[in-house]
Amino acid sequence: MAQYQNLFTTVQATGPVHHGVDLGHGNSPRTGEPVTNYWLGWIGNAQIGPIYLGGLGLASLICGLFATTIIGMNMLASVNYDPVQFIRQLFWLSLEPPPPAYGLSFPPMNQGGWWLLAGLFLTASLFLWWWRTYRRARELGMGTHVAWAFLAAIWLYLVLGLFRPVLMGSWGEAVPFGIFPHLDWTAAFSLRYGNLFYNPFHALSIAFLYGSALLFAMHGATILAVTRFGGEREIEQITDRGTASERAALFWRWTMGFNATMESIHRWAWWFAVLCPLVGGIGILLTGTVVDNWYLWSMKHGVVPPYPEVFGPVVDPASLK
Amino acid sequence: MKRLISLVLTGAACLLAGCERPPVDVVQHGYRGTGMQQVYNPRTLEQQAERNVAPPAIPLPPADGPKASQVYKNVQVLKDLSAAQLATFMVSVTNWVAPKEGCGYCHNLNNLADDSLYTKRVARRMIEMTRFINGDWETHVAQTGVTCYTCHRGQNIPSQVWFTKKDQPYGSNFLGDKAGQNTPDADVNWSSLPYDPFTPFLLKDLPIRVSATTALPTGNRQSIKQAEWTYGLMTHMSQSLGVNCTYCHNTRSFQDWKGNPTQRVTAWYGIRMVRSLNVEHMNPLTDEFPAHRKGELGDVAKVNCATCHQGAFKPLYGAPMLKDYPVLKGTPTGDAKVAAR
Repeated sequence: MAQYQNLFTTVQATGPVHHGVDLGHGNSPRTGEPVTNYWLGWIGNAQIGPIYLGGLGLASLICGLFATTIIGMNMLASVNYDPVQFIRQLFWLSLEPPPPAYGLSFPPMNQGGWWLLAGLFLTASLFLWWWRTYRRARELGMGTHVAWAFLAAIWLYLVLGLFRPVLMGSWGEAVPFGIFPHLDWTAAFSLRYGNLFYNPFHALSIAFLYGSALLFAMHGATILAVTRFGGEREIEQITDRGTASERAALFWRWTMGFNATMESIHRWAWWFAVLCPLVGGIGILLTGTVVDNWYLWSMKHGVVPPYPEVFGPVVDPASLK
Repeated sequence: MKRLISLVLTGAACLLAGCERPPVDVVQHGYRGTGMQQVYNPRTLEQQAERNVAPPAIPLPPADGPKASQVYKNVQVLKDLSAAQLATFMVSVTNWVAPKEGCGYCHNLNNLADDSLYTKRVARRMIEMTRFINGDWETHVAQTGVTCYTCHRGQNIPSQVWFTKKDQPYGSNFLGDKAGQNTPDADVNWSSLPYDPFTPFLLKDLPIRVSATTALPTGNRQSIKQAEWTYGLMTHMSQSLGVNCTYCHNTRSFQDWKGNPTQRVTAWYGIRMVRSLNVEHMNPLTDEFPAHRKGELGDVAKVNCATCHQGAFKPLYGAPMLKDYPVLKGTPTGDAKVAAR
């Protein structure tokens, strides 16, 4: 008998392709004839499509296309329209926000104007896509948990690119659109505001980030381990606890004294994932607006103990006049 | 399956190709558990050590006999040497700066007193500069001092000099502003940080300090973008000295001076020293140099940390060359105190 004991899904149930449920009034038809792919079946559902695009999806893609085109063309122009250099230097290239001197005014296009425009289109694209996840869930009679989790990520994005720059009075505080440049921005952000590792909200965010990974691993491993008893049918087991569920619960109770349930483990995962950008965003929003140097703030409030000085006394030479 | 495995292995090898192979040596120099340590790659150090050996000294003869200024014409800087000393010293200078070209690189061989070659006029200013460094900047070079060799290493032009770079290398005024960064550049260790941190900090005197000095906002308007420029300069310093940030900084708090390695003070004076060399000694020489010795913007070659250090935490790993050439130590002028302010 076939069993679910592999890291990959070794059992592929194939049947007639499914077009999905009938949609009510006001919905667009779905696009594309569904096909099955054996290789995809190893990691998920073998059926691809049909896709529901709809007005929101289309509008979101168009806005997203505008944003990526603006970013891409600026990157291309910055290497003198050389396609080879565009590929070679891609990770270095960037569309920078306006210089701080422009404050919150609209700068010349090549001095951050393009950045504002790209940000506008990207934000529109994200919200249209958010609305789409909300509406599709409703049309399927689902809860809207996915949409709210997505909004937590959008919150962090907006804090970085909109709320905080507005509070600071300068678009120049925002993040550039680029691979390495946004990482440099992150390091420079920490350097300017006195070490982000001393920001308690940053610490919380990291706890939820790593916690998410830990929970994901624990849950995935538990379910895979009890699939031989039918444990992958989690939804049924929420209301009708079978031997798989009992064994999984016992395992964790034996090893750490406490166990989540078939239902609550998903609430754990959802909250950990959502709280990661949520508290992270709070930490960013407070930086520069409420707290200017997290190290000094932490020392002042006894968040961390000072450690012994091992170097000779050092005086800032600039203070010697 | 075999092909898949070999593909995965090849891919992994490609991804790791840019990394240095282990093992590396880690040297702790701060309080335990705080990451205050230096990471050295012994294989890189080995190559570095070979490149940073001071040449054997040619000691100057005793100072008796007639003065150089009495024997030779047009001796403006090394007047106090005896004629024999000057001749010996010139041999050293030739070895340091123009070993292939010989005396003729700077001198008109038919008339050694002639100033017609630009190289001679520049060399005179460079000797003055060396004397200024050793006399006025003991805060940075201590008693170890510098000689022509510290930078030149047998080359006409030191291998590590810098020119101001264009912050917008390509024409369009409408698209593709680089903001002076986002280009892989060796000066900032191939990062996407601002690639010319020298012009604002080692030529101009723009503020390097960006961090807040108070826990709550009290009017520090330094921006994140400015922090990136400082970060670029610091990356250059780290590269030039072959050290980590922790060599000078207690990295839990970059702006704090309390609990920092003393090297940071030396480095602070180094920045001021380099700036004064560029402003007072290199810039005034701009018109002396022919076009092919200048940068793309027509500026003169300038000094940064790498010019002397060349990857070593002390140039030539601290070989005290100056003690054999006391003539290269000028009397303090007090200019350094002004520059350090």
